[in-house]
Amino acid sequence: MEGGGFKPVRFYDLTAHRLRELLLRREISAVELCRSVLNRIDEVEGRVKAYITLDREGALRQAAAVDRQLQNGRELPPLAGIPFAIKDNMCLRGLPATCSSRILRNWVPPYDATVVEKLKDQQAVILGKTNLDEFAMGSSTEHSAFFTTRNPWDPKRVPGGSSGGSAAAVAAGTAVCALGSDTGGSIRQPASFCGVVGMKPTYGLVSRYGLVAFASSLDQVGPLTRDVTDCALVLNAICGHDHRDSTSVPKEVPDFTSFLVDDVKGMRIGLPREYFPPGLDDGVRRVVMEAVSVLETLGAHVEETSLPHTGYALPVYYLIAPAEASSNLARYDGVRYGYRAPGSEDVLEMFRASRSRGFGAEVKRRIMLGTYALSAGYYDAYYLKALKVRTLIRRDFDEAFEKFDALLSPTAPETAFAIGAKTEDPIRMYLSDIFTLAANLAGLPGVSVPAGLVAGLPIGVQFIGKPFAEGTLLRMGFAFEQSTGHHRHRPPDTPGGDGS
Amino acid sequence: MLARLDLSEEEIGLYTAQLAKILEYAAVLNQPDTSEVPPTAHVLPLQNVFREDLVGEHLAPEDVLANAPEKEEGYFKVPRVF
Repeated sequence: MEGGGFKPVRFYDLTAHRLRELLLRREISAVELCRSVLNRIDEVEGRVKAYITLDREGALRQAAAVDRQLQNGRELPPLAGIPFAIKDNMCLRGLPATCSSRILRNWVPPYDATVVEKLKDQQAVILGKTNLDEFAMGSSTEHSAFFTTRNPWDPKRVPGGSSGGSAAAVAAGTAVCALGSDTGGSIRQPASFCGVVGMKPTYGLVSRYGLVAFASSLDQVGPLTRDVTDCALVLNAICGHDHRDSTSVPKEVPDFTSFLVDDVKGMRIGLPREYFPPGLDDGVRRVVMEAVSVLETLGAHVEETSLPHTGYALPVYYLIAPAEASSNLARYDGVRYGYRAPGSEDVLEMFRASRSRGFGAEVKRRIMLGTYALSAGYYDAYYLKALKVRTLIRRDFDEAFEKFDALLSPTAPETAFAIGAKTEDPIRMYLSDIFTLAANLAGLPGVSVPAGLVAGLPIGVQFIGKPFAEGTLLRMGFAFEQSTGHHRHRPPDTPGGDGS
Repeated sequence: MLARLDLSEEEIGLYTAQLAKILEYAAVLNQPDTSEVPPTAHVLPLQNVFREDLVGEHLAPEDVLANAPEKEEGYFKVPRVF
């Protein structure tokens, strides 16, 4: 809960926009805020394990710089002094960017990703780099080569993935905001599992320069935050055209905070029936239908609709994403950077040995699937066929958006699952992203907003919008949040307090 | 071959079974008629993105080589190629 009262204010648990007020009113300094979060990290990080790399000194140095600016009465950008976590597949000059892979364990990028540069321009305080499934391939962080992040709500459960470290950090109070990346749901699904807001922007709104590529036609960077207002602030900071990413769209971007209006009267929301299958978890269905009632009470028109090709999204995704990944990951050959296996006789043996020892099981699985789908003789049957069905999936959305301003669905088919529950069966793991993949295939924006708890675990509702209609999604999310307050739920005070 | 991975016998067994299941799952894509449907490789209406051919910023050679597993006299060093 925000505000003081009897308890001391837990600064690490407040939103960025609230902390900004406190910073400007000089009720807290940026260094005090940074220390509050670092103390929280000391308290819970041993159990949550959200971070791969922490940069305490760098964070405190940046916080002190913000305080000097404040003392001099300078005007500060909206995110100045706000403690951030960055998913470890984005480059930050001078800190390792491991992608949670043995193959990049010691790689220190010599440049900043555009999104990191933009956060530095904001004078945000970057705390460190967070855990993920290796190369962002997974839904739980269990495919990290280093360790599994724990869900702050229940340490026996996964935080979701692949941006599980970033989502867990925001939920646990070990970062105020975070960046994640989303190729098939990797921001939205962990946001749902950890009870935070997570947005995948429209393909092309945010530069991918310095984001280590997984599937280039699907990857987008986006915010993980404690409420929709913070989501808009972070999106403002990271979006915009970048000449270093030819797929970033040269387009005027609005001030996304201008959409934070508590009014959805007359807005049209579609419920795609394929996203509410008969076998959907009862608790998830109840929470999502309660969200529908709330939006209807607020004056939105909600109506059932259909996206008939939804059932094909998963197989389409699991041909296209591995195909692109197999090509993107060809660069890890032990020549210029990354792990090199010792003792090879010739260069081809060195390539194979370095890759075989450097990549983990899920990455190998996807490289093989991808090279197979792209190989002569199978290209038409698998890859090309998947691209054609991708067109059908896009057309479903185009048609739906003739009638609706946004579509609403569960973000994920269930709450956070137990660690180890799905690691043996890749398809069961893949099904965790069943409601989020299609937005990536169609390039659409999607946001997951906390919608309540099922048996003590958070679940999110997903709003999917037209290309570049992030503003509409923020407005719906904001109005929903204002009338429900689900985003104020925080995990039980000490994660893992039961001694596990 | 293309993947450039060496697999143990155990891995071969595991992946053969898992990949077969995934490809079997993918067989549902044969259901929709796509004879008249163009492929979507990319969602943006971009074809070629041109820019002026100007000298831009670049990394210093020592920065580029800093992560090299092996280097010699400003070059990346690898085992014999032929």
